[in-house]
Order: sequence, then C-alpha cells, then structure tokens
Amino acid sequence: MVILENFRIALGALRANRMRSVLTTLGIIIGVAAVIAVVAVVQGLQYLATNIFQQVGATFIAVDVKQERQRGPGIVAHEVKLSVADGQAIREQVPGIRLITPVVEGRAQAKYRDRRHRPSLVMGVNESYQDVWNHTVGSGRFLSRVDLDNRRRVAVVGTTVVEKLKLGPDPVGKEIYLGNLPLKVIGVMEEKGQQLGRDMDDEMFLPLDSAVALFGRESADHVEIHIQAVDAGAVERVRDGIKQVLRRRHRLAAGQPDDFEVVVQEELVAKISGFLGNVTAIVAGIVAISLVVGGIGIMNIMLVSVTERTREIGVRKAVGARRRDILVQFLIEAVTLSLGGGAVGLLLGYGLGALVVAAVPVKLPPAHVPLWAMALAAGFSALVGIFFGIYPAGKAARLDPIVALRYE
Amino acid sequence: MPELIELANIYKIYDMGAEKVHALNGIDLRIERGEYVAIMGASGSGKSTLMNLIGCLDTPSSGSYRLNGVAVEELDDTALAAIRNKEIGFVFQTFNLLARTDALHNVELPLIYAGMPRRERRERARHALERVGLADRTHHQPNELSGGQRQRVAIARALVNAPSLLLADEPTGNLDSATSVEIMELFDELHGAGNSVLLVTHESEIAAHAWRQVNLRDGKVLSDQPTPRPAPPLQGSVKEAPHDRVGPG
Repeated sequence: MVILENFRIALGALRANRMRSVLTTLGIIIGVAAVIAVVAVVQGLQYLATNIFQQVGATFIAVDVKQERQRGPGIVAHEVKLSVADGQAIREQVPGIRLITPVVEGRAQAKYRDRRHRPSLVMGVNESYQDVWNHTVGSGRFLSRVDLDNRRRVAVVGTTVVEKLKLGPDPVGKEIYLGNLPLKVIGVMEEKGQQLGRDMDDEMFLPLDSAVALFGRESADHVEIHIQAVDAGAVERVRDGIKQVLRRRHRLAAGQPDDFEVVVQEELVAKISGFLGNVTAIVAGIVAISLVVGGIGIMNIMLVSVTERTREIGVRKAVGARRRDILVQFLIEAVTLSLGGGAVGLLLGYGLGALVVAAVPVKLPPAHVPLWAMALAAGFSALVGIFFGIYPAGKAARLDPIVALRYE
Repeated sequence: MPELIELANIYKIYDMGAEKVHALNGIDLRIERGEYVAIMGASGSGKSTLMNLIGCLDTPSSGSYRLNGVAVEELDDTALAAIRNKEIGFVFQTFNLLARTDALHNVELPLIYAGMPRRERRERARHALERVGLADRTHHQPNELSGGQRQRVAIARALVNAPSLLLADEPTGNLDSATSVEIMELFDELHGAGNSVLLVTHESEIAAHAWRQVNLRDGKVLSDQPTPRPAPPLQGSVKEAPHDRVGPG
C-alpha cells in the first residue's frame, strides 16, 4: 500500500482530533524545544569562546596569581604578589618567549573639557601588548619603547572612550585627564565590539610606569603577565621555565604548591568547552526523560485511537487490508504525531534560543542551531514514534476482522 | 471451470472452555457462478458464521472450502486478505463506511489495498458510483448521505474491484421498507448483469428476491430450494436454478 496514502489517512485522523493531537505531542514538543534552545545558546557561547581565543592564537600564555590564594579564608600568611620585576625576570631567564608584557589594571575617571567618563578598564602595558593580543591601533600609533622609557604621559584609547569623551573625528593629539594625570592621546584602538558582555572598546592603554604612577606604587606588585611564545611547540617549555623562575623568586619550598597560575589558551578553551559540555549533557538527560514521557503519551493516545477505530480496522481488513497495511497505517500515524511534535519543538526551541540571546544583556552571536542538532531532534522524535507506536499498531494489526466489524 | 463455491463437510467449533460450541455442523454447499442465493435462518442458526467463512474472514475448524477452485482453508492471513480484496465484495447491514471520508474515497478503498495507481483508482471508483446511481454524490461524506445512499456507496465499494461474489449481510436491516425495495432492486439488477450474489437474511421478503434459498438450523442445512415465487426475471436473463439439494441431516 502506498505510503503517501497512509500519510493522508494519518493526517486526516489527527486533524479529526486536533486538540487531542496537540496535547499528546506536548511532551515531545517541550523536550525537543528544550534541547534545541539549549543547543542554540551553548553553541553561541562556544562559538564566542573559540573566537576570542583564536584571536590570541595557540601561543598565548597568561601568568596570574593563583585565584584561590587570593580569596583564601582567614589571615593571609603573606600577600601573594606577581610583580613587574617577576615579568622582567621571566623575560630575561626563560627562553622561547617572543613577546611579553606586564599588565597593570585599574580604573579612573577620564576627562576631556567638560566631558567625564569612567572607562571600564585602564591598563598599563608595554609596547608589545598590541602584538601579544593581536589587537592593534586603528589610527595614530600604539605606545612605543620611547614612550615607556621616558614615562611619557600618553594614552591610546578605545572607540567607546572617544565617543563618551566626545573627542571628535580626530582624537589624536587631544589633551585629556585621567584622574589628575594629564595625558595626550596618541592613538585609537581598532574597534572590537562586545565580547562576553564586556565592551572591549571601553578601554585605555598607558605606558606601564605612567599607570603605576596613577594607581600607586603597590600596583606594580599586582600585575598579570601576558606572553606570546615563539611557536606552539615552545608553549610547554616556556610554561615550565616560567614555573621554575617564579618558584625561585617566590621562595617556594619543594612541597609547596605554586602561588601563581600559568594558563595556556588551549586549557582555557578546554575549560570553557568542558563546562558547556556538562550543561549540554545535563539538559540532554532531562530531554531524554521528557521524550520518554512524551512517547508514553503517544502510546496512550494511539491505544485509544485503535480502540475507537476498531470498526474502521475491521472494514479495512474486510476489503483486503493485510496485517502489514494496518500496522504501517498506525505506525505512520504515531510517527506523524511525534515528528510533528518534533518539528514544532524545533521551531519553538529556535525561537526560545533567539529570545534568550536577545534577553540576556551579554551580547551573544545570533542563535545558531547546527544541522546535527536538528537531525538528532528529528531522528529522536521519529524513533520515539516508532518505539511507542509499535505496540498499539501491532494490536490494531492483530485484530480479528470479524470481532472488529461487530465492535460497537 | 471449477464451481464458484464448494463447501464440503464444514465444521466450525468454538472452544468456550468448558463446552465446545458447534456453530457449523457439517455443511455441504455448492454455488455456481451467476447464482443469486439467500442464506436464511434464525439467529444462532450459524448463518453469520457461514457468511464469515464464505467471505474468507474466518477459516473452518474442519472440512474443505474451495473458492474458484482455491483451497481457502489452507491459506494464511495475508493470502486471505488478498482473496477478500479480489474475490469478495462485502455489503454490511450497518454500511460500514469510513467516517469523514467522501464517497469516492470510500469506494476506492479496496483498490488502494490492491495497489492500483491513483488515477485508475479514481476512474474506477467514479464508474462504480455511477453504476449505483450516485454519480452526483462522489464528494459527499457518509453523514451527508441518506441511509439508502450510504448502502449504495457500500455496494459500489463491493463492486469496484469486480469480485467473483457479492456478499451481503442483512443489507436492508437498517433501511425503511421503501428504501429496502430500491436496494433489493439494485441487487436484482446486478445479478441480472451477471454478478453472483449471496444474501444473508432472516427476512423472507428479502430472501424472495434470490432465486435460491438455503435454510440453516443448528449449523446444518435444513432446506435448499429455488424460490417458490421467483422475482420477475430482469433484462431477459433466464437462469435455471440448480436442482434441489437437501443438506445432510
């Protein structure tokens, strides 16, 4: 018997009980919608994370004080430091480093004429920063060795700062204040947009020593060190070298743990991916349960349908339908239900994902559902239909035509 | 050429646990092509069981049934479905049309299971509806049709695959007397056109349309004889009823 004909019958039967069909597939709809929404958001985050770290490349290394130590409870035995001098020692003693910059971070009020703005981040760095982060100036120039050596009072600003302070179309050469430090704008960074909720253009860069002067002497003892190794193969070697140098400088005994962290970008990506993977796995588990519940709903309604249509089955058998024909007819009806639910769930989930992306203040890339997720959702829906439809369909197929024809 | 129906020593025994019910108790019956036969009997006489057997909805406990020379009692479910599809056209007391399905599609049903392409199917279904006088009702659903019209749709469905036998189970049981006459005239006409017709009924006026009447009692053939006052021959088709046969017992 023609499959198409079966689809027609199935759709007709489902249309005849529209409300019932919708309620029955609700489980499937919710399950599929949930998985698609989560996949859409997680995919977005993953895309974002890899994008950021691809930008800095596989040779990027960051050194920071160990976070747990910083937040340790009770009285801190000794304040953990990572100083500009540590950076200097790393630069001199560890082979395999191509570029290195200490980063002093802080915040201060910026002022230009009567405009005031507090950039989200002010960083004291050296001339290598733009190459370490692969983030270059758009107009003017970046900080130079000469600027640093002479502690020049110059600054490179992000486009948001330009906008907020109304520095005009040609900000280079403008005199601004940061705190009470007068600075001359020498360059504007290329626009980066938002990343993980942060406006990457609301930043200012000063020569390291100028920043230390602004934030106070002790800020030179609390820096991060960002490094580019000569090549990806050198990353491990550089990391080991940094550990040796810092352990010696921080006078750590053989059994003591590191009071600093050396993070390479692959690890960062792996950490984020691992977290997102866990989220996906948990949701997948919930979805599996909801699909099973949805499947049971379908089985239930198919059993009702078979009973209601006992006479129809009898008539079909009397005019020549084989068991197989009846089996296929009801199986297709069940699969149509579950696939229909899956399709609605897919659209709903996509909409939900887009809604989440739009609602969250963090700027995410547009919701993106990969093909595999759609195929998986469709495949699972169909499987649920077959699995939970086979029993009612089998029951229909095995009906004795004489009994079925007499059924009231 | 083998006879249309050849039943020999047919028993149908239902095992109801404690006791065994002999629904058919040794039936011998032969029906030739082109005959118009009524099977009569009170309820419990076994006529429904016999009709189910002849219609290949059921198989006998013992005995042999040959339909067009084919030993039906040896066939499996799938083969029986094919026989019902090609050889038998059922007409039921309650019409048994598919609800929410128009007349044309109802009539198409046997052709769908026969695997006929859609266009040919439509054509033949339309032709069958014309045959029963419903050419203008092809797209009406059963609930938009009168009882007589519904039974005509059912008859068109029975005819559409050109079966060897029209098998009608109390075809007028749910109809008023005027409509009953119309439906019986349609059967008379179909018989006149060469179809073999088997009626199952308990009403003697209905049975009187047939040319031969078989009476059942307690699962046995009580009498088998030509209708005493046959309906007026239609379209000059004169057919001799076979010689009288009296069932065993």
